[in-house]
Amino acid sequence: MSTPAYPKDFSMKKRRSQKVAFIVFRVLSLLIVLILFAILGFIIYKGAGVISWDFLSKAPSDGMTAGGIFPAIVGTLLLMLGSAIVAFPVGIMSGIYMNEYASRGWVVKFIRLMTNNLSGVPSIVFGLFGMALFVKYLGFGDSILAGSLTLGLLSLPLVIRTTEEALKDIPAGIREGSLALGATKLQTIWKVVLPMGMPRIITGLILSLGRVSGETAPILFTCAAYFFPQLPASIFDQCMALPYHLYVISTSGTDIEAQQPIAYGTALVLIVIVLVINLLAGVLRRHFENRLKMK
Amino acid sequence: MKKFLEKAVKWLLTASGFVTSVVILLIIGFLFTEGAGLFREPVVEEGYVLALNRENPVSTLTAAEIKAVFDEDVTNWKDLGGDDMEIVPFRLEDADKYFTQEQLGAQYEHAGAAIASLVASTPGMIAFVPGSMVPEGADLNLIEDKNISAGEVFGGKEWFPTATPAPLFGILPLLAGTLWVSLFAILFALPFGISIAVYMSEVASPKVRNFLKPVIELLNGIPSVVYGFFGLIIIVPLLQQVFGLPVGESGLAGSIVLAIMALPTIVTVAEDAMRNCPRTLREASLALGATKWQTIYKVVIPSSMSGIASGVVLGIGRAVGETMAVLMVTGNAAVIPTSILEPLRTIPATIAAELGEAPAGGAHYQSLFLLGVILFFITFFINMCVEFISSRGRAKNS
Repeated sequence: MSTPAYPKDFSMKKRRSQKVAFIVFRVLSLLIVLILFAILGFIIYKGAGVISWDFLSKAPSDGMTAGGIFPAIVGTLLLMLGSAIVAFPVGIMSGIYMNEYASRGWVVKFIRLMTNNLSGVPSIVFGLFGMALFVKYLGFGDSILAGSLTLGLLSLPLVIRTTEEALKDIPAGIREGSLALGATKLQTIWKVVLPMGMPRIITGLILSLGRVSGETAPILFTCAAYFFPQLPASIFDQCMALPYHLYVISTSGTDIEAQQPIAYGTALVLIVIVLVINLLAGVLRRHFENRLKMK
Repeated sequence: MKKFLEKAVKWLLTASGFVTSVVILLIIGFLFTEGAGLFREPVVEEGYVLALNRENPVSTLTAAEIKAVFDEDVTNWKDLGGDDMEIVPFRLEDADKYFTQEQLGAQYEHAGAAIASLVASTPGMIAFVPGSMVPEGADLNLIEDKNISAGEVFGGKEWFPTATPAPLFGILPLLAGTLWVSLFAILFALPFGISIAVYMSEVASPKVRNFLKPVIELLNGIPSVVYGFFGLIIIVPLLQQVFGLPVGESGLAGSIVLAIMALPTIVTVAEDAMRNCPRTLREASLALGATKWQTIYKVVIPSSMSGIASGVVLGIGRAVGETMAVLMVTGNAAVIPTSILEPLRTIPATIAAELGEAPAGGAHYQSLFLLGVILFFITFFINMCVEFISSRGRAKNS
């Protein structure tokens, strides 16, 4: 090897500063992993002892100091379902429109701008809006319907963006092939484009459900009930929800000793929902990626 | 038939394409109509009047002055532009102090006349009574009934939405609280965010990266109330001990929680930008003899600056709009913060905490919608900044 063009100590210095910088990066990255595990570990550690079949299947009792969180679990699942019914069809159609139909140019730009803006609107503003429009103006009252509509609008930008991105990665040649065989545009989208994009769309949809499950601010004034031990009978009923339950019980509890375990248990159930959803999305993504590679 | 279907579907898809735009318009419309109503509300609680002695030259008072009078912070009329005379505030509840039950009448039917004559005979008195109680043609001066002014709201330093007789809707403490807590959150999150993004995109092996990516996604997925709960149980008591605070709920607790919550946004966007930095740029730098680290901070980071900036601005947006976690850990004191260790209150937290108790349609309710409008425009502005930054970045790269 020839001698380096620069003095040796300079090279050493360069290498040392690289070493220091990389160590700093590594430590900070490790720290963030530790923070995540601290949060998860803490809630799992404290909450695991609380979880039992009774806790999961019974309604709260004795002024929220005993019993379980069954109505809150059901409420959260209902809200997830409701928001999916609101957001998925419209969001997917909107994504298809943007990628397949909209003529490139200001229309797409405008819609994308609006979608980005909507995704930046704080959740509490959605709550205000949902209250003004659905609860008061349309007269749905505090109800699962109003809550689902509000949450649906909140998750709409996420659904649109995932759909659009999933479709964007499908090569134009595939569409052209289908069109060349005499298929119409609709047939091409329905039989070729959508099936190919579906895996990634589904992954995105699942993640959007995860977001909905943990939202509190939008349902504060549109749906959530502090105490509603029976299950809702119709979509015009209020319901309990896990995140709201956790908020209420941990901030305005009447009997901290008795309610803290309930709070830990509720937080754990919420975390488990989020974990399961993230895991599911990850597994699906990997599964579909592998399948695509095999082809 | 087939053609008709094609057309119908196209029409349907086009319609759904504009849904988000419609929603944005609806949000602006509904928030505005409710929020703007605040400026049509009277300063003094609806249906009530402030009655003065005929000899008192004062005829107008601001909401802040009225509050000071009834809190007995101001006790002399000369401070309010009147004569040198002691102020005697009178509320309906004080009636028993001045009158016997007989004088007021069994159904309080004489109360109006009794109070009117009391005010007429006490030069320094200011009475807060329902307008309907004051007998017609009574020998009294009424404080001019003005509407709440924009200046009082946007320039007001006090937020007392439930004060009687005159609630105060000064938003400055809330605005300051929001910006203060977000600023610190970003200061904490920035070094972490950039370092992790650099590490994931440039340094880490694919294996490590594949481990870090879900970690960041999970951090993003944890609901804000869980962060709030964690902050309340762990961070708040910890800060209280470390800094010896009277209460641990403080701006600092809020910014720490917000920093963790804003981190995934910053990391994801910044990492994306760095990975999109053209390979040729990197190779050119390495070929010139630069080390990997030199290449990162002299080539990769500058060339992906617009992406990094977008990430940071988006992170700020997330911090500004965050509600539940902040509500749970910042202590919610509506004062202009002087230090990050004090309790403070943000705009979203105020809406979340107070909307449930504000009577629908009242001034308080409308003021919360006005806060919503302000919050909406702050985040709207932030988003526009992101669009601007990233479109400039795209232009530069292409």
